[in-house]
Amino acid sequence: MISLAGRDILHSWGRFLLTGLGLGLLIGVTLTMAGVYRGMVDDARALLGNSGADLWVVQQDTQGPYAEASSLRDDAVRSILGLPGVARAANVTYLTMQVRHQGRDHGRDVRAMVVGFEPGQPGEPGYLLAGRHITRSHFEAVVDVRTGFVLGDRILIRRHDYTVVGLTQRMVSSGGDPMVFVSLKDAQEAQFLKDNDAILNERARTAANPGLNRPGAPGLLEAIQASQASNHNVNAVLVQVQPGVSAEAVAEQIRRWKHLEAFTRPQMEEILVAKLIATSARQIAMFLVILAVVSAAIVAFIIYTMTLGKIREIAVLKLIGTRNRTIAGMILQQALGLGLIGFIIGKVAATFWAPVFPKYVLLESADAVRGLVAVMLICALASILAIRAALKVDPAAAIGG
Amino acid sequence: MKLNALLSRRVGLGLLGLLLLLVLGFVVMRSGPLAPVRVTVHKVSEGRLVPALFGIGTVEARRSYLIGPTTAGRVRQVAVDVGDVVKAGQLLAEMDPVDLDERLAALEASMARAGSAEAAVQAQRRDALAKRELAILNARRYADLGQKSFISAGVVEGKVQEQTSAEAAVSAADANLSAARQDLQRLAAERAGLRQQRDRLRLLAPSDGVVIARDAEAGSTVVAGQAVIRLIEPASLWVKVRFDQGRSAGLAQGLRAEIVLRSNPSKPLAGKVARVEAVSDSVTEERIAQVAFDSLPAGLALGELAEVTLALAPTAPALLLPNASIKRFADAQGERVGVWLLDDARLRFAPVRLGATSLDGQVQVLDGLRAGDLAVVYSEKALASGSRIKVVDRLVAGKP
Repeated sequence: MISLAGRDILHSWGRFLLTGLGLGLLIGVTLTMAGVYRGMVDDARALLGNSGADLWVVQQDTQGPYAEASSLRDDAVRSILGLPGVARAANVTYLTMQVRHQGRDHGRDVRAMVVGFEPGQPGEPGYLLAGRHITRSHFEAVVDVRTGFVLGDRILIRRHDYTVVGLTQRMVSSGGDPMVFVSLKDAQEAQFLKDNDAILNERARTAANPGLNRPGAPGLLEAIQASQASNHNVNAVLVQVQPGVSAEAVAEQIRRWKHLEAFTRPQMEEILVAKLIATSARQIAMFLVILAVVSAAIVAFIIYTMTLGKIREIAVLKLIGTRNRTIAGMILQQALGLGLIGFIIGKVAATFWAPVFPKYVLLESADAVRGLVAVMLICALASILAIRAALKVDPAAAIGG
Repeated sequence: MKLNALLSRRVGLGLLGLLLLLVLGFVVMRSGPLAPVRVTVHKVSEGRLVPALFGIGTVEARRSYLIGPTTAGRVRQVAVDVGDVVKAGQLLAEMDPVDLDERLAALEASMARAGSAEAAVQAQRRDALAKRELAILNARRYADLGQKSFISAGVVEGKVQEQTSAEAAVSAADANLSAARQDLQRLAAERAGLRQQRDRLRLLAPSDGVVIARDAEAGSTVVAGQAVIRLIEPASLWVKVRFDQGRSAGLAQGLRAEIVLRSNPSKPLAGKVARVEAVSDSVTEERIAQVAFDSLPAGLALGELAEVTLALAPTAPALLLPNASIKRFADAQGERVGVWLLDDARLRFAPVRLGATSLDGQVQVLDGLRAGDLAVVYSEKALASGSRIKVVDRLVAGKP
């Protein structure tokens, strides 16, 4: 038995393939949009996963350090380390800023999140692509490859040059900015250090205050100015709890006795996903829904018009006594084939162009399977319309005209 | 002919379909959860590493002097300016003496007067001596006459009494004279004290040096101890370096140091640790050491930022690993530090104990590994024991 659908495709294979290609690109766009949405959520999760923490301790009554500004003293970590159930705790600072490239491509700014961490403690990048971890206590940086920096590059953060010694990957802020890891002391200084003009102004302002610059009290002004130019604040303390200890129990102690806010990982995820990126994620999700509906409509129309274009040949088939089932099968097979080709092309195209996107695009396999089922369903539904039209055609149309 | 064309089209389409499926298969295997994690491996081998300490510090003077008055007062003149090279004993500034000079003049006058008084007393004494001389002669003569009974005993006794009075007058004159001398001594001592006070108002350089600050000008009032001039000994410049406590093991006096000044980063200078402070900074968690230059560079500025690297002795041979391969992984026994090893294309987590590290990222493995083990160094994402991996040479283009 010869396949009617196959013979028809062979007859006009060029048109069939081009239609499949167009359909595929459309499906590719839809899959990519789903990937953009997943990428946003995944960026937020990556931020939590990379920090390696079970608990985030931040300033009281804030939802820091990612969603809100938070500032606490850098010796709070010592009292937290003394709590029962705490395995490791480390200070960390986060500061989103422009990092300037020195040398090779001088003056290029990269928006990055500068992370100050203590080596060997939570907050350190967990894996590297190249180079090494930081070994000096100052002026070395490990960067995400998305910054575009390479090993040995000199980058400018505030007034100090840092050498890129290591590269890592998928270390991003919740907004998708790549991270630059530097030592905690450098980051504390970078976070606080003003430009020289501001420092000079501040000194002059302090010196002009008669209460702080009293005659007869030598050294007082210098001491005040020195204390103004140092920073012992951090944004958060990352805490790992001992195995078998409930993070919530430790968090409760910190809230009650240390007068700081503490978030467990589910709470932090809630803050990041449900609060921080909620609006933009919903925006993308809305767009995704519209795109999916439009794609479905276009697929249905393509299959319908393709059948209508063959209406004369179908009339001939009916005229020579072909059974309705055979004609319906032909249309359905063609529609599903078109959907399959479209899906494959779409999936391939999405995979190839996803890495070009400036922000992370996460193509989930589950999304792909869902997409395949949806494409097949839409194709089948669309072919029902086409089959109805084909079956209603009058065989006389073949000779009538 | 027709059949042939149909056949070739069919074969062509079939090939096309096959190609599409192949591409899909490739795509599915290369991305998403089925894709292997690309890693690079490193063969664990034995070697020595040269541990080093790294710190930053500022250029400071070992000896600096704050020169100011010992009592509150007004500055009369400042003789030197910032940057001047001064010799030991040179006048730097002078305080206003107020009435000290007048008091000195008054003392001088008092001393002159005391000198006159002494002269008067001396004259009185000479007078008393002359009177005593006469009284002695008279008394002796009257005593002779009395013995020969030419005169009455009453007259003799009167002359003896005269002699005694004359002797008492001499004693009184002697006492007056020493009182006058003591008065003169007191005034001289007072004058010396006042001169010293006057000299103390002249601020002199305690040693050769360079003026780094001129904190008060003529006419301004300063309190006791407040500096008017700041002086340093330029030959005593060194770098006060702060080392992270956690990475300061091995810090000791005498270690060779490489100093990189911020003003000239391409030219490292040689030096050595001159002093390690016994007290470390508990707030910043840093240890403090002073590193002296072997030879002072020209134009060195106080307060300049410097990076200092101290080289320690090479370690004994031990297994070495790049620090990028050290991971933390939580399993049933809690989170441990270790290395992912490649055993017949399967991943195994081996906990290790680490030793010294070097600044170029090598770390000693004390136990947990054998020479020849294949350790994962770089990976595209965090690994787990079930991860599918693919070993490649490098993960990013360019040098690894």
